[in-house]
Amino acid sequence: MRVSKRASGALAVGAAFALVASGCSSGNNDGGDAGASKDGAIVIDGTQPENPLVPANTTETGGGKIIDWLFTGLVEYPNNGGAPQNALAESIDTKDSKVFTIKIKPNTKFHDGTTVKAENFTKAWNWAAYGPSGAQNASFFSDIQGFGDVFTEDPDGPDGPKKAPEPKAKEMSGLKVIDDTTFEVTLSAPTAVFPTKLGYSAFMPLPDVFFADPAKFGKNPIGNGPVKFVSWQDDVEIKLTRFDDYSLRDKMKIKDVTVKIYQDDTAAYNDLVSGNLDFQQQVPVSSLAGEKWKNDLGDRAIASTTPTTGIIAFPIYDKRFQNKDLRRAISLSINRQEITDKIFFGNRKPADSWANPLTPGAEPGNCTACKFDPEQAKQLLAKAGGFKGKLTLSYNADASHKEWMEAVAQQIKTNLGIDAVAVGVPTFAVFRQNINAHKMTGAYRAGWQQDYPDVENWINPLYVTGGSSNDGLYSNPEVDALAKEASSAPSIEESHKKFAEAVKIIDQDVPSMPIYFGGQQSGHSEKIKKMELSNVGELDITSVEL
Amino acid sequence: MGRYLLRRLLQLVPVFIGTTFLIYWLVWSVPGDPFAGKCGDRPCPDNYVAVMTEKYHLNDSIWVQYATYMKNLFQGDFGTTFSGREISDIIMTSYPNTLKLAVVALSIEAIIGLSAGVLTGLRRNGFLDNLVLISTLFLIALPVFVIGFVLQWLIGVKLGIVRPTVSNDMPITELLLPGFVLGSASMAYIARVARTSIAENRRADYVRTAIAKGLPMRRVVGVHLLRNSLIPVVTLLGTDLGALMGGAIVTEGIFGINGIGRQVLRAIVTKQSATVVGIVVVLVLVYLVMNLLVDLLYAALDPRIRYE
Amino acid sequence: MSDPSTASIVSTPPATMPTEAGSGAPTNAGLPESAQKQQKPRGLLGDAWRDLRRKPLFWISAAFIVLFLLMAAFPSLFTSGDAVNGALSRSRVEPSAHAWFGYDVQGRDVYSRVIYGARASILVAVLSTLGTLFIGGAMGIIAGYRGGWVDALLSRIADIFFGLPFVLGSIVILTTFNGAGTDNGEWKIMGLVIMSLTVLSWPVTMRLMRSSVLATKEADYIVAARALGAGTGRIILKHLLPNCLAPLLVYGTIMVGSFIGAEATLSFLGIGLKTPVVSWGIMISEAQNYIRVSPFLLFFPAAFLVAAVLSFVMLGEAVREALDPKLR
Repeated sequence: MRVSKRASGALAVGAAFALVASGCSSGNNDGGDAGASKDGAIVIDGTQPENPLVPANTTETGGGKIIDWLFTGLVEYPNNGGAPQNALAESIDTKDSKVFTIKIKPNTKFHDGTTVKAENFTKAWNWAAYGPSGAQNASFFSDIQGFGDVFTEDPDGPDGPKKAPEPKAKEMSGLKVIDDTTFEVTLSAPTAVFPTKLGYSAFMPLPDVFFADPAKFGKNPIGNGPVKFVSWQDDVEIKLTRFDDYSLRDKMKIKDVTVKIYQDDTAAYNDLVSGNLDFQQQVPVSSLAGEKWKNDLGDRAIASTTPTTGIIAFPIYDKRFQNKDLRRAISLSINRQEITDKIFFGNRKPADSWANPLTPGAEPGNCTACKFDPEQAKQLLAKAGGFKGKLTLSYNADASHKEWMEAVAQQIKTNLGIDAVAVGVPTFAVFRQNINAHKMTGAYRAGWQQDYPDVENWINPLYVTGGSSNDGLYSNPEVDALAKEASSAPSIEESHKKFAEAVKIIDQDVPSMPIYFGGQQSGHSEKIKKMELSNVGELDITSVEL
Repeated sequence: MGRYLLRRLLQLVPVFIGTTFLIYWLVWSVPGDPFAGKCGDRPCPDNYVAVMTEKYHLNDSIWVQYATYMKNLFQGDFGTTFSGREISDIIMTSYPNTLKLAVVALSIEAIIGLSAGVLTGLRRNGFLDNLVLISTLFLIALPVFVIGFVLQWLIGVKLGIVRPTVSNDMPITELLLPGFVLGSASMAYIARVARTSIAENRRADYVRTAIAKGLPMRRVVGVHLLRNSLIPVVTLLGTDLGALMGGAIVTEGIFGINGIGRQVLRAIVTKQSATVVGIVVVLVLVYLVMNLLVDLLYAALDPRIRYE
Repeated sequence: MSDPSTASIVSTPPATMPTEAGSGAPTNAGLPESAQKQQKPRGLLGDAWRDLRRKPLFWISAAFIVLFLLMAAFPSLFTSGDAVNGALSRSRVEPSAHAWFGYDVQGRDVYSRVIYGARASILVAVLSTLGTLFIGGAMGIIAGYRGGWVDALLSRIADIFFGLPFVLGSIVILTTFNGAGTDNGEWKIMGLVIMSLTVLSWPVTMRLMRSSVLATKEADYIVAARALGAGTGRIILKHLLPNCLAPLLVYGTIMVGSFIGAEATLSFLGIGLKTPVVSWGIMISEAQNYIRVSPFLLFFPAAFLVAAVLSFVMLGEAVREALDPKLR
């Protein structure tokens, strides 16, 4: 029943910035026993990957977690959520944020013993961007010059009878290998945030063996990260082990990791409490109520915050939602504090800014529409001429969204007198289909988890005309212009400044309603003496000590 | 009898085709685009959708799709899931687990249901009778997800008597709890039917005769009464096996058993007709064979039922 | 999941079947001496009524059912509270003198919700049961009595429906007619839920009925009736039906309970009844996550549900005993 979608919010997402206090969790001693760790093995929870394990084709958490361990990219995001650091990259140089010269560290190995070279990157990116490969993450390469030649749009959409025209080229003109350890990337327009994106799993290098048979590779992936793939028994477990030739950072201190595949997070939790499981990334809702999980786990409970935001979006294409006073009125009538206290038991925080504050470049508290002010809400509603008919708030019923969506509906009803009702849509697929087709007749749950840590990822996809997830079709030329300036700013700092200006305008328009900031509640067994969470809330395997 | 059997076996063919088509059509008509939710909160690239559509012939009409599927099926090819996994492989690994769970559930429900039925049938309307009635009704009225949750927490975690989830090699001792949860819904029916049957036969002449000729009560109940009252219970259990296998979705999830339930549910939600049909076909065969056996059993057990 | 397809399949021909040759006599002949001395010869039903009137069990269960039906028809008689609107500030407040059953997660009064929930729960369960009994019963009688190709055809159709997994069938039926974007009224959704429960459960009652008919149709009294020139309709209505009804009643009364549970499962999947409709099933599935901290959220709807099911089962039991001449 559990549907894990990387960006589907709440239950499914797995992104967390470990709080500094919790990053290093329990244990009175400074670390584990090196002897116990050396040959140690742990069992952690997971879900069945939906696709074969190819980085550019993995968008859900079940497989995404494994990919993150198997591969190390050019840059990586530190566990504390700070700015990205070079990992495999020796240096990433640019003068104009348009042409990047990337030097990689020499003599690092893939798990099959071959050396990681510059062409392992360019070939992998070209494969993912090439339309007929059908990779889910293809659009991540759209910044690169020549993307339009390898990836062609279907003229009448995928369901139409016409097929997408054959791409003109097989390789993007913006990628050029200079020597074994150097390559050059030319973007179609200056993009300051490009180096930050390089840590996302779509940009991982692939070994030569991949290109011979991508399908076979997906069942037996070979990466270059600290963890080596051993075996994958569908719906049962995935076995991983330490990669002894890893040289980029600390090796794993323990030896073997088994990812046990669960269908139900309560089952995993009960295994955790009774000592059959060593780590669970997100404990179930039933254990959060009344802080039971803290009683059950004691100092093995880890609370962290995640760079995710629960959002309710408006279909701006619908006439009824085109008045911004109305949208502001609805947003002001929601008591976010009460919802996070009563529904999430304080484990999530009320949203008060447009980009999640854990993201570099985000400004806390810049959402003036996120306050609770029923009086002003009533005035604005009257000014907007009221709201006719029923206000539906849709959510997908296959993950736990019912409680908070119902609470929101109830508050709107009580505070504004609008007939608001929360409506569950059975599956995420049907839910997204209606949203993608712009057929929503009421507000709907959106939720966003950043792909890479930069405020850009919270503005361009969501609030810019034509953005990949701007499903409500919000469009404001001023925002578009500022966002464009920000994206092509020569430095990250200037980019952030421009984005802050864009956010001010967005805040006036209220195209959607941020409701809560994500939180993650994890737990580990007594066996684990020391561990950290990565920036996206996954277990940092290299940090585990027994 | 032989001709009847032959006729019934022949009738299996249209039923088989009818069921597979109905299921194929149902899954095909589940609303929703299978690839709409595949890439999280953003639409998938058109090329991805196009490649998948092409690969699984999703643009063909339902008739062509079904015909292609059946043709492959008769050549022993069950097809693959959207994630590229062989469906025959899923069937081979998941079915034994579900069958094992269903058999355990069936045994538990038979043992508990039957003993409760016999005890209450002999002493109707007593304290025990009402206790059994109320407790079995509690089990039937509460959804399985509640019963499973509570029992797993109490017995598995709080008391620590058994492992809360079932480990990969599925030892019988670990299957007792999930088996009880799965069988709990049917227990009330078995107990009620056994109770009624015993109560009826209690007044039968042969029981009266047996008592009259001085047989000890234990022998009367154990040999005469029970054997004759078992008939409806056995037929009931026979058809229940298929129902238990098909209905184990929630139980399998709660106890982490790698059975067919999650495969079917996942395939339904993502509109993978081939996967659903492939798995359910085997289930339908179990149903059909069990129904046939039960029908034959009627004639064998009761000479007044005749099949020409 | 307590869906009817996981719940068992009763195929119990001999359960109430005449097991001794002597009892196969026409029903009226089995009447007690006193009954035959009455001025008007009563039919089976009149006779059963006379029998029922003397049973306390019948009166108690009937009183409960009347109470539940009143609750379903006029919930405002029992409570003046609001079942739909709440306030988060009193989320999960325990039962007290002020609110007897406490408040749920959304701060709604559990007592009012339990009362208002009676309507949807009882309506869905009872109507689905009646629909299942009616369709399955009719098909079963025809199949069993006619035999031959009619039996083969109907039985095989039942086999096809029998093979459908409950979850698949209900997801398809309910999402097709009740999917997102549709704005069905309370009654229409209820009708759809009833329809899908009925469509997916009738094969069980059909098999049950058919096996009963198969066992009964060769009985002496049927043969006698036929020899006396009774028409098919008369034989079915007057002789077969009363004698085959008992196992169906036993099954049906328990089915009421499992349908309430099935309705909960559908709501849980997001395809069943929706807010603002309240049902016991919805309340139970909503309480699931809070069993460990607020068990009263589960207890009250479950207690009402069990009490309602119990009343139906007891009533069915009393009626069955009254209908069955051998148990007098």
